[in-house]
Amino acid sequence: MPQIITRRAGRRGPRRFSPRDLAVLGVLLGIPVLLEIGLVWGPTFASIGLSFTSWDGVGSIHWVGTRNYHDLFTNYPPFWRAARNNLLWLGFLGLIATPFGLLLAVLLDKNIRFSRFYQSTLYMPVVLSLAVVGFITQLVFSRDQGALNAVLANTDNPTDWLGDPSLNIWAILLAAAWRHTGYVMILFLAGLKSVDPALEEAAAIDGASEVQAFFRVVLPALRPVNVIVVVITVIEALRAFDIVYAVNHGRNGLELLSVLVTDNIIGEASRIGFGSAIAVVLLTISLGFIVTYLVQEMREERKP
Amino acid sequence: MTSAVAARPSHQHAKAATGGSRDRRRVRPARLGLHTFLMAVSLAFLAPLLLAVYASLRPYQETAKYGYFSLPRHLSFDYYRQAFTEGEMSKYFVNSLIIAVPALLLTLFFASFVAFSVSRIQLRGRVFLLVMFTAGNLLPQQVIVTPLYALFNRIPLPYWMSDSMTMYDSYWAVIAVQVAFQTGFCVFVLANFMRTLPMEIIEAAIVDGAGVWTQYWRITLPLCRPAVAALATLQFTWMYNDFLWALVFMSSGDKLPITSALNNLRGQFFTDYNLLAAGSVMVALPTILVFMILQRQFIAGLTLGANKG
Repeated sequence: MPQIITRRAGRRGPRRFSPRDLAVLGVLLGIPVLLEIGLVWGPTFASIGLSFTSWDGVGSIHWVGTRNYHDLFTNYPPFWRAARNNLLWLGFLGLIATPFGLLLAVLLDKNIRFSRFYQSTLYMPVVLSLAVVGFITQLVFSRDQGALNAVLANTDNPTDWLGDPSLNIWAILLAAAWRHTGYVMILFLAGLKSVDPALEEAAAIDGASEVQAFFRVVLPALRPVNVIVVVITVIEALRAFDIVYAVNHGRNGLELLSVLVTDNIIGEASRIGFGSAIAVVLLTISLGFIVTYLVQEMREERKP
Repeated sequence: MTSAVAARPSHQHAKAATGGSRDRRRVRPARLGLHTFLMAVSLAFLAPLLLAVYASLRPYQETAKYGYFSLPRHLSFDYYRQAFTEGEMSKYFVNSLIIAVPALLLTLFFASFVAFSVSRIQLRGRVFLLVMFTAGNLLPQQVIVTPLYALFNRIPLPYWMSDSMTMYDSYWAVIAVQVAFQTGFCVFVLANFMRTLPMEIIEAAIVDGAGVWTQYWRITLPLCRPAVAALATLQFTWMYNDFLWALVFMSSGDKLPITSALNNLRGQFFTDYNLLAAGSVMVALPTILVFMILQRQFIAGLTLGANKG
């Protein structure tokens, strides 16, 4: 026994590398790590730091403490509109598009004919650029020529789906869901294929209905996929940008946190400190989900 | 294997008694309901795309008068010609490739090596590395955009590398960010994939005196061909589709990739949406073709990350 243990320990322990190995590791691990730190994590921490300063990007940087956050929360109406829209985005994707994608995946998992056709069609919007999705949205929802008003025979007194600030976010959300549903469907479909059918059969023998078996047995077995889908949904909702930017640059009811960040750097007034404060709000919300996800991933990592 | 639609089995069975003559081939009515539903959803999903294609073939005067949802009177490819000549779409398409191709190759190369290191070599800190790369890809892009903008404005580049003399407003900036950002996703997927390969292959190579490079390039990478192909397909689409990086890190219009250049087809005071539709179809066409030809790779790329081998 002791021999086996030492042998295993020997294999697990750090291996000795030749100078050539060290050079290869140093360069090929060093470059991506430097890029990741320099262009992803460094800027993340810089955003946090800059959010406590006032800076126009050219002159000197002044430390202003929490003033940016104070202004953001009390003195900047677009912020709350944007936060509300991001929340709506999350709710719509999470409560409507994601369950719908799950439903489609369950239906397509039933060994039906034309399954490949359905899959390809439902998945098609996922490969489109979000900017293109934004332009197509305009064709559907435009007030005077749009297809929706024509279908609804709503041409005498047409609804301005994209121009009305109380309506347009819903039109955009439909477009976002159009793309999100297929994405989620593919992930669930792959997950469902890996669930052991014996589980369902056992549940059926125990007298569970199909619906019960799904919610009590199959869905819990999909846990890893569920976690990924939740993370993707949250991240997509926080990243949302392209569609509204393509439609109207994120104004007039379509404000989003991401748009406000971008506006504060490429807009006329470069307010880097203030923009960073909005970015930090985004970061804080996303971090909770990222950490939860990583904890689950790394727990599985440790399993043999 | 029961076929009833989970949500409404009893309803469908009730219909079976009345609609018996319709299913001579013993097609269960539940199946029929299922197909009707899926067909309706599929058509609804396809409709906006078809509408864009349809609009792009019709002159503005016609759709302005009758709306997009009307019978055609004239159909032509004029808008595509116009997008090519006035909109210079071919130039922007080349710009997209200038960004996406090097970024894709670098990302896959670096990511596969990092994945190899964290999954096949007993390095210290490998879990930390994996977490750093994976988490980095999950950050919202806007979190890093502002400092990067300031940073790129401060990095001078010689004129032969960038005519703006800074990293800002050059392909280098966009490529570097794409590589840094997407490497995280690829590391995660490839590390998961490599972990499913038998360790004995590497151990045998080590016994034969293979160094780290040989273990990576000659032994591990060839076995990862399916995963790398899947990621290449997916990542090419993502990089090609990117909109934000170029928008923020570039200011000269003639360097923009095709997604960002779509906006150029919008006039200053008047927008011809049919021209924009033609542009959208042209931008979407390469990704749709890639998807149709390499659908299996595309889906594998997405699901490799979600389901472990």
